Amino acid sequence: MSAPQTDIEQLVGQRYRHGFVTEIESDTVPPGLSEDVIRFISAKKGEPEWLLEWRLKAYRHWLTMREPNWAKLGYPPIDYQGISYYSAPKQPSGPKSLDEVDPKLLETYAKLGIPLHERARLAGVAVDAVFDSVSVTTTFKDKLAEAGVIFCSFAEAAREHPELVRKYLGSVVPARDNFFAALNSAVFTDGSFVYIPEGVRCPMELSTYFRINQAKTGQFERTLIIAEAGSHVSYLEGCTAPQRDENQLHAAVVELVALRNAEIKYSTVQNWYPGDEEGRGGIYNFVTKRGDCREANAKISWTQVEAGSAITWKYPSCILRGDNSVGEFYSVAVTNNRQQADTGTKMIHIGRNTKSTIVSKGISAGRAQQAYRGLVKVFPTAENARNYTQCDSLLLGATCGAHTFPYMEVKNPSAIVEHEATTSRISDDQLFYCRQRGLKAEDAVNLIVNGFCKQVFRELPMEFAVEAQNLLNVSLEGAVG
Amino acid sequence: MLEIRDLRVSVAGKEILKGLSLTVRPGEVHAIMGPNGSGKSTLSHVLAGRDGYEVTGGTATWHGRDLLALPPEERAWAGVFLGFQYPVEIPGVSNVYLLRAALNAKRRHAGLPEIDAIGFLKLVREKAKLMQMDESFLNRGVNEGFSGGEKKRNEIFQLAVLEPTLALLDETDSGLDIDALKVVASGVNSLRSPERAFVLVTHYQRLLGYIEPDFVHVLAGGRIVRTGDKSLATELEASGYDALRAPAA
Repeated sequence: MSAPQTDIEQLVGQRYRHGFVTEIESDTVPPGLSEDVIRFISAKKGEPEWLLEWRLKAYRHWLTMREPNWAKLGYPPIDYQGISYYSAPKQPSGPKSLDEVDPKLLETYAKLGIPLHERARLAGVAVDAVFDSVSVTTTFKDKLAEAGVIFCSFAEAAREHPELVRKYLGSVVPARDNFFAALNSAVFTDGSFVYIPEGVRCPMELSTYFRINQAKTGQFERTLIIAEAGSHVSYLEGCTAPQRDENQLHAAVVELVALRNAEIKYSTVQNWYPGDEEGRGGIYNFVTKRGDCREANAKISWTQVEAGSAITWKYPSCILRGDNSVGEFYSVAVTNNRQQADTGTKMIHIGRNTKSTIVSKGISAGRAQQAYRGLVKVFPTAENARNYTQCDSLLLGATCGAHTFPYMEVKNPSAIVEHEATTSRISDDQLFYCRQRGLKAEDAVNLIVNGFCKQVFRELPMEFAVEAQNLLNVSLEGAVG
Repeated sequence: MLEIRDLRVSVAGKEILKGLSLTVRPGEVHAIMGPNGSGKSTLSHVLAGRDGYEVTGGTATWHGRDLLALPPEERAWAGVFLGFQYPVEIPGVSNVYLLRAALNAKRRHAGLPEIDAIGFLKLVREKAKLMQMDESFLNRGVNEGFSGGEKKRNEIFQLAVLEPTLALLDETDSGLDIDALKVVASGVNSLRSPERAFVLVTHYQRLLGYIEPDFVHVLAGGRIVRTGDKSLATELEASGYDALRAPAA
């Protein structure tokens, strides 16, 4: 046959569209980690004394910890002394308005499709833009303040709302929780802070856009979202980084607290630089995300589209403490070339009538390896707990791998826990069927992959569902024949 | 016009079609009959461009173009449609989504504007009615959980929407009960037109009781061994394929 080959492996390529570097003068501390570096970061941020103490305690504990090695990931040892823990673009301290922000930064975000001028911004979405170690700006703050909503950088929250930060910081992910969380607690630089007062439905989508720019730095952001009783918020984070041959470390912590009848919907579109075809470069993404349904009838929903990073180690989890509380996890993870991902969730049922849903869709191509790792734990107190887990893997080609590690610990006989798992391949039959109807091979792959992910995409806020779909198409883009 | 000249095709080194010739003019309905393993499905797959078939000789042209040189999607744009014997399931991709993507790919290629959502919905509703398909079918995943009969009906529905000029129907009658067969046949009959040619590949005469062919060909041993009108099908049904095999060998 003279027709181009439909070999699926040829359809799977990679083109990263956010790999540029912004040339901007930065304040960067020399590589290395010590108590002095932590004092420097804390002073730069103008933090209260207790927060510095909190960091130092975390650091001292971290020194006694060992990097976990149970995940199905392989990478050379990380040199924690070879990383710079603080880098910020030089600009007048705390720009009052967008006019004071370096135009190069505004241009960077515009290039990424995130215009920061409120006029140009999608109506209904407020953005906090974090560049390396600092928040550049937060949009729509005034409008949100009218509703009583606090949306600002973490550093600002530590200065302006210390009582809230002190009450909730580390209350979901303790500083000693795990190796990467302890590291983050010691050196975190910026991130977002959200506070929704009682009974308030946040009037717009909140979004943080993380950008790593400087070479040899790590990004360690900290996000804290508090939803008071009866409140509601939908939050989205996006992330990108330049294309470099070195690996860069990103170790974030996200804590969510939902009180009585409150609902937090947290969506992620992760597109860190994934490395090249041979696995050179890319972000090491070690993230601890956890939500606490602290009181009755609370609901926390995680939706993630994980397309980037050389390594992803991430298990957004829900502690279902309040009676009748609900936890959800919807995930699409795409790994291509040499990418590795070990991702999943933990649903911890403590309260009565707690419910959790897990839908995980993994797509592997090239020589990528991907694992779903999930824990459903039902405490003796969790009368009538329910869990439903669906875990599907789609393989493109014959050189990638998908693995599933579902753990269940059920200590209450009234609980019902269901688990379904499938592994499938895009078959040549499916491809030929679509092409016979007139679709190009690439479009056919995209169509099939998007169909596979539909259950998760429909959980994303509408503006981002389209972005996620496009991202998936780019991640699997390649030439035919 | 489809012109197949002395076509030779091998699968995994084994020759299946051994010099097949066939001419199909616009508006004509041709039935290709033959015993199992005679090469019927190979013929329809090769014409549609499926991988795994090696053309070792001969030609197939479509309105003068070398069909065999085109990738499958370009054959589709040129008007070739294959009704599959075993339509595949594509979970999560709705029937209408695939069809709209297919129709627009074809329209773009023809330099036509893409069809808008309202126009498309009107079109598919009308065609679904023709195939006596419930509208709920439109939004279900492509062939996902469809019965054998529903899958075949869905193939003809797609044919109706995409309006090809050459429809190759591969064993469309297999696995159908009599009611489903009638619906499929009446769908095909309503799509007959002076511009559109059909090639029906079938093992049994049954379908031809509902769709009247202009020509009946008997494929045996990789060649067309006999050509006649619809009465040939009836004759075959009575005498069986074995009677034909001996003189053809």
